[in-house]
Amino acid sequence: MATKINYPLVAGDKGLVETPASGISPTVALIAGWLVPGAGHLLLGKWIRAALLTVSILCMFAIGIALKGKVYLPNTGEPLDILGFAGDLGSGVLYGLARLMGWGQAPVLVAVADYGTKFIVVAGLLNIVAAVDAHSLASGRKRS
Amino acid sequence: MTISQFSAVLLFSLFTSVVFGITQRAEPRMMVRFGAFCFVLFVGGTIAASWVMWLIKH
Repeated sequence: MATKINYPLVAGDKGLVETPASGISPTVALIAGWLVPGAGHLLLGKWIRAALLTVSILCMFAIGIALKGKVYLPNTGEPLDILGFAGDLGSGVLYGLARLMGWGQAPVLVAVADYGTKFIVVAGLLNIVAAVDAHSLASGRKRS
Repeated sequence: MTISQFSAVLLFSLFTSVVFGITQRAEPRMMVRFGAFCFVLFVGGTIAASWVMWLIKH
């Protein structure tokens, strides 16, 4: 006999098929959250969390640029540069904007610029964490 | 723009802790607690590591 499952699901449940608990597709929440920091949570109606995530990630990225951090390119051939590029790409539209506007420095010339490079990479990585969180909320894997 | 190393630590810890708090806990009260915990660990860990490096040098 089929049993109706009340969503949201609790993390750790096994054998249950995940369906959206909010009406927003988890994939849409994930992609929106990746492209624009905080947008995934905004779609799910989590206004305060969305605002805090947007401000945090945006500020980290902006500080990184202001410190003359390096914006990685995809085709340098260096393994560490590829990892840096993957981190930078996590910022979504912000990375595209930085490339488009020519923000960031190619060579790191001063000590604080290296901090800037790390700020930019970590902003991207944090944005990925936030987007995955939006996906979990939308799918019901995370309760609230 | 130039900032001191300690300011960079504080800013990095603040923003990272906010994101960790929101994403790693489900209840708002626990989010604040975990965010504060992360912030203290980031800053405290950096200060501790700084003293270790100073002791190694001297």
